[in-house]
Amino acid sequence: MKKIISQLMVVCLAGAAVTAEAHRGWMLPYETVKAGESGWVTFDLASSNDIFQIDHGPGRAEGLTVLTPEGKTEEAQNIFTGKLRTSFDINVTQQGTYKIFLASGGLNARWEDAEGKRASWPARGEKANPADFATAVPKDAKNLQVTQSSRRIETFVTLGKPSQQALAPTNVGLELVPITHPNDLAVSEPAEFKFLIDGKPAVGVKVTVIAGGTRYRNAAEELELETDKNGIVKIQWKAMGVYWLGANYKDEKAQKPAKSRSGSYSATFEVLAE
Amino acid sequence: MLKKMMLVSLLVASPVLSAASLNIAVEVPKLTVAEYHAPYVAVWLESAAEGDKKTTKTLAVWYDTKMKDNGGHKWLKDMRQWWRRDGRDLQLPIDGVSGATKLSGVHNLSFTVGQVPLTELPKGDYVLYVEMSREVGGREVVKVPFTWPVKEAATHSQTGSTEVGAITLVLNP
Repeated sequence: MKKIISQLMVVCLAGAAVTAEAHRGWMLPYETVKAGESGWVTFDLASSNDIFQIDHGPGRAEGLTVLTPEGKTEEAQNIFTGKLRTSFDINVTQQGTYKIFLASGGLNARWEDAEGKRASWPARGEKANPADFATAVPKDAKNLQVTQSSRRIETFVTLGKPSQQALAPTNVGLELVPITHPNDLAVSEPAEFKFLIDGKPAVGVKVTVIAGGTRYRNAAEELELETDKNGIVKIQWKAMGVYWLGANYKDEKAQKPAKSRSGSYSATFEVLAE
Repeated sequence: MLKKMMLVSLLVASPVLSAASLNIAVEVPKLTVAEYHAPYVAVWLESAAEGDKKTTKTLAVWYDTKMKDNGGHKWLKDMRQWWRRDGRDLQLPIDGVSGATKLSGVHNLSFTVGQVPLTELPKGDYVLYVEMSREVGGREVVKVPFTWPVKEAATHSQTGSTEVGAITLVLNP
C-alpha cells in the first residue's frame, strides 16, 4: 500500500510539473502609463496556456506587493479571486514608477528516510529558515537533494515621469534590472534588460518573449533569447501591444547546503508608439 | 548721454529683434463623426542634434483645462510622442503655452524669438511637431522640418491625413 501511495505521489508530482510548465503565470496591468495627479489601474493575475487568456486558473494573491516610487510597500486593493483569475486594483498617487510583484523562494530539501519514505522540507506553504536545516533534515537522509530556488512575477506602472527607485533589485533570486525603462518602451526602439541571480549578472538565462493575443494567431511566435556574458538581453519588439517575458536560470553555485539554484521570472510590458 | 544712446540703440534694435519670429497656423479639422470631442493638441520644436545636445521646446498644449482638480491632465499622455519627448517633464499649466482645447478651424500662433516661451533658437536644423489626440478618436503627428535662421521670410507646410489639418510655418528673419 505504501508503495502504491508513493508511486501515486510520483505520478502526481510529475503531472504537476508538466502543468506548471505548460501553463504560464502572468500578471496583466490594463494601463501602464498614466498622467495626472492620481489614478487607478486594474490587473489580472492568472495562469493559462495562451498568454493573457483567462481560461485556466487564478493566480495566488498571497504576498502580492506594491512598491511605490519612493520604495515603500503598499497593499493592492479590491482583491478578488474567481475560478479563472485573480483581479486587483492599485491607486497610484505618487509621481513615478510603481513595481507590482509576487516573489517567493528559498531552500527546499527532498530525501528518503530510513524506511524509504519520501520527505521534504519546508512544509508546503512555509518558507525555509536555513538555520533549521540541521534539525529538520535527518542526518541519515538518503538521496538528499537540496535546492535553492526563486520565483518572481512582476509588472510596472508609471504615473507621470518614469523613475528608478522601485526598480532597484533585492539581490535575492532571479531578477530583471531595466536598462531601458519598462514603462518607456516604444515599438521602434529595442529594449535592453539585465538579469541578476542573487545580485550578480546571470549569464545564459533562457528568455522567452511572447506578444499577447496568441489565441488569434496560428503560432505563438515566441522570441527565444539568451542573456550575454553581462547578463543582458536585447529585445526588438514587433508591434505595439502587451508582451509577456519569461526567464529561467539554473546553475550549481547554490548557497550551502543546497547544491543547485534555480530562478524563474516573468514580467508583463506594454510597448506603445514612438 | 549714455542713457540716451542706449535708448536710441534699443529703439533701432528692437524692431529687428521682434521681427525674428515663427508664425504657426494650426488647423483643427472639422470631422463629421457621431461623437466629436475637441482634440488635445501639442505643438513643439525639437533640434535635429542627437544626445545631450538635442533640445525640445513645447510651444503650445491645448487640453481640457476646465475639469476640477486638474482632471483633464489624465489624457495628456495620449499625445504619446509629445508626452515622451517633453510632456511628462512639464508642470502644467504654463503661462503662454497651455490653454483650453479649440474648436475646429485654423488657429494662429506667433512666437517671437527671444521671448517666452521661445527664449532662444540657436542656429541649426529643427523639426516642428504638431500632435493631436481625440477622445473616442485617433491620434496623429505631423512634422515640419526647417533650418534657422533665415535671411528672408520662408514658409513650410504639411498636412495630416486623419486627425491633424494643415500646418503652416512661416519663418520671419
